[in-house]
Amino acid sequence: MEITASMAGSIWKVLVKEGDQVKEGDDVVILESMKMEIPIAAEEDGTVVKVHVQEGDFVNDSDVLVELA
Amino acid sequence: MFKKILIANRGEIARRVIRTCKKLGVQSVAVYSEADAGSLFVREADEAYCIGKPPVNQSYLNADAIIQAAKESGAEAVHPGYGLLSENAAFAKKCIEAGLVFIGPPPEIVAAMGSKIEARRTMKAAGVPIIEGVDAPLADEEAAVQAAQGIGYPVMLKASAGGGGIGMEFVRSEAELRKAFAGNKKRAEMFFGDGTMFIEKYIEEPHHIEVQILADQYENIVPLWERECSIQRRHQKVVEEAPSPFISEATRQKMLEAAVQAAKHIGYTNVGTIEFIVDRDQNFYFLEMNTRLQVEHPVTEEITGLDIVEEQLKIASGARLGITREMLKRNGHAIEVRIYAEDPESFFPSPGKITALRLPEGDEIRNECAVEAGSEVPPFYDPMIAKLIAWGRTRKEACERIRSALENYQIEGIKTNIPMLIETVSHEQFLKGYTTTHFVDDFLN
Repeated sequence: MEITASMAGSIWKVLVKEGDQVKEGDDVVILESMKMEIPIAAEEDGTVVKVHVQEGDFVNDSDVLVELA
Repeated sequence: MFKKILIANRGEIARRVIRTCKKLGVQSVAVYSEADAGSLFVREADEAYCIGKPPVNQSYLNADAIIQAAKESGAEAVHPGYGLLSENAAFAKKCIEAGLVFIGPPPEIVAAMGSKIEARRTMKAAGVPIIEGVDAPLADEEAAVQAAQGIGYPVMLKASAGGGGIGMEFVRSEAELRKAFAGNKKRAEMFFGDGTMFIEKYIEEPHHIEVQILADQYENIVPLWERECSIQRRHQKVVEEAPSPFISEATRQKMLEAAVQAAKHIGYTNVGTIEFIVDRDQNFYFLEMNTRLQVEHPVTEEITGLDIVEEQLKIASGARLGITREMLKRNGHAIEVRIYAEDPESFFPSPGKITALRLPEGDEIRNECAVEAGSEVPPFYDPMIAKLIAWGRTRKEACERIRSALENYQIEGIKTNIPMLIETVSHEQFLKGYTTTHFVDDFLN
């Protein structure tokens, strides 16, 4: 299951690392777009298998941020 | 008057300054990032220089690249607009050292007012009322908790270098303050490069009312009345009007006097705005001073007939003010709404491509718009894409005109806050003039 960016912006904070357990609704990444912080949450429970972004990266709408298994 | 000036800004305010330049026969130079290459302001300027990549720290905040463009173009002066480098004292100083005129007050005044803690101390010395608070920077969370205990909850936690509502939070209890402190400090460090925090007492049912002033280099200061800017979301203004529907004539005169006193005390020059918080009993307190042109300057222009950008250029070129307080007349009522590329309910940003745009027309309707059909709204900058201003002989007429214009605003491809603006200007409480800073939380959604 992939967690994607809801809009274009920069990565402000990465809140999870590989191996972390997350629950539906937990924020995994905070995006910054148009001078605002946008939390990106997991849509289902899972384990983080890969984090695709680092703080400061620029991402486009729908880019994959984190993969869960 | 200058022959050529550079505009160190983008979007609607760059277009606004270019318009006055054209009127005065002044050549305009735009600077732009790669993301803005196709923008209206780039085409409308007489010359344009690309100064870097889209993120602001690689373009619009790159003082050296901007000054180099100014030197290359032969511009004599730099207009900083609002936001970006407009209140950056180091930039103002660099402009002057490069032999350019900075269209604004001297760098020392920009610096003094840029620190909210220092501005509080300065205004206290000038005899201007300030909100009860702690003037020493708060070293850490514990110092904040102690300071708040002395003042009593609720309090406002604020970043000394803050602006645009960033690094600021309303807190009701020690637990809330502890939760808010580190995050706001970090945000202030990230956005302003300065995490100095302080605390002020919270004012109940606050109104945010500011006084526009003009000051030339010969100690002539003229206040251009006030603007009521209380309707905000995330501490950012959404609707502004002039005059304020809330204050009495007696309060108005006292506020104008306080603003003139403040400007005189610091030796202010060019245009500036003194922001006040006004409580329900019409006591007013200094909040901050904006040492630049403001987003909402058009409402003052509409009720005075003045071109505030023209006044800025004249003052900066060394002219004396052509008007006195006695000569000014206030006429009617003006309302401005800010159109943001954002979801009208969640207020989350909505960057993207504008597929269709038709601006409303009508009696006494003014559009200040950064974009056109086909424009990309980039994610790198502020979400404000346009302003809409309506004038009326009465407040009621201005309210009717702005509502009708908003209903006829056609924009597609991105989400905007227009539905929220229509709801605001049609709301019974707004029509009654009940416009505290809690309006959005209390009456919308």
